[in-house]
Amino acid sequence: QKLAAAVNPAYALMEKKTSYKDATTYNNFYEFGTDKADPAMTAGSLKPRPWSISIEGEIKKPMTLDLDSLLKLAPLEERIYRLRCVEGWSMVIPWVGYSLSQLIKKVEPNSNARFVEFITLEDKKQMPGLRSPVLEWPYVEGLRLDEAMHPLALLTFGMYGEVLPNQNGAPVRIVLPWKYGFKSAKSIVKIRFTKEQPRTAWNIAAPSEYGFYSNVNPEVNHPRWSQASERRIGEDGLLSRKRKTLMFNGYSDVAALYAGMDLKKFF
Amino acid sequence: MNVTNQQLARIKWILFALALLPFLRLVAYTYLDKLGANPVEFITRNTGDWTLYFLCITLAMTPLRKLLQWHWIIRMRRMLGLYVFFYAFLHFMTFLWFDHFFEFEEMWTDVLKRPFITVGFSAFVLLIPLALTSSNGMIKRLGGKRWQLLHRLVYVIAPLAVLHYFWMKAGKHDFAQPLLFAVIVFSLLGIRVFWRWRAHLTHNAKAF
Repeated sequence: QKLAAAVNPAYALMEKKTSYKDATTYNNFYEFGTDKADPAMTAGSLKPRPWSISIEGEIKKPMTLDLDSLLKLAPLEERIYRLRCVEGWSMVIPWVGYSLSQLIKKVEPNSNARFVEFITLEDKKQMPGLRSPVLEWPYVEGLRLDEAMHPLALLTFGMYGEVLPNQNGAPVRIVLPWKYGFKSAKSIVKIRFTKEQPRTAWNIAAPSEYGFYSNVNPEVNHPRWSQASERRIGEDGLLSRKRKTLMFNGYSDVAALYAGMDLKKFF
Repeated sequence: MNVTNQQLARIKWILFALALLPFLRLVAYTYLDKLGANPVEFITRNTGDWTLYFLCITLAMTPLRKLLQWHWIIRMRRMLGLYVFFYAFLHFMTFLWFDHFFEFEEMWTDVLKRPFITVGFSAFVLLIPLALTSSNGMIKRLGGKRWQLLHRLVYVIAPLAVLHYFWMKAGKHDFAQPLLFAVIVFSLLGIRVFWRWRAHLTHNAKAF
């Protein structure tokens, strides 16, 4: 199903796009199984419509928005972003959506709001992976409010000019290209504004391995593997060397958000 | 079940061909471009899985002989053990070649700094002397007793291999498969301990 959007030239990365097939059959979405081939096979049970997001917490205008209202909230843009997985591989994907800041402005955070929490659907009938206790369900992710307001943070409804396939987080997800992929919560049903830093799924599971920030950083290794390089899916085959990973995945604009912070400590 | 030498030779050939199939499949998949989005990951996991499968099968030979009274089955053990080494070698070469491009310094950093790789690498290194001494000539040269002692290293290698897999999967909190392997390997080792303990008891009883 097509999803029309004009390319935003400010965010149209000039790199070879990952094939649609690779981007939709090689996914980490534990709600549909832990193997990367699982989501494409099992996510058919997800019903992306009707859908709504409830927005609550430290805001002046709590509301529940259905998918059509969300789609109409701001003009849809196509943006081509790098996606860097914490496992050491990367893709280049054309997403369709608009800056998350547009939604945040609409609900008017109050002076207590310092963080934003994203909560993924938790429905055993639609998500077979929830039966295994690999993570604490529902999947929860979070950002500092200023990170969420950064124009790069994309509220996303589609990819490759079409609505999101279920296995990629239909019908609505976020995309944060300067952070490891798991920070970008999928199939979001609730957005909550909070005073305290939210607990996040992977941080709960293994706090020494996955920090709250999880910015792409070649100098801070995962305890089990190096983050200095990555393999671009579809390009870096068997006989090519891995490429160097860039600080903030190459999105140096965001550096100002972390001025003065020790990123080895706040990894 | 009794088996003639001719039948035994035939079983051996069939087993040899079957055990080679996973490797042939990998080669075919590479040519047909069917290794998926991340070929290096596919080959790494596949060769690792087959190393563990063959390790379990090899460790099952002695208990099977005893339980089924199939004495001939033990004569498959050497070949199966060599297949453990074969798939472990492919697994290691994938890591050294496709992952690190023979950058030995970089590889060493990985081996030393990442416990799951340290453990996997140790298991592989310990397999080498077993593979090298698997011929009849080497058994003679070492003497049966010493040879057997050396080959008991597999009781160290198997738990290391399971730990390697467990730690690797722990990074993504996915324990189902490593636990299954742990149960199988520890049952296969446990049954040996149990038999030895029972033999010890009867031996003592006789002494009285």
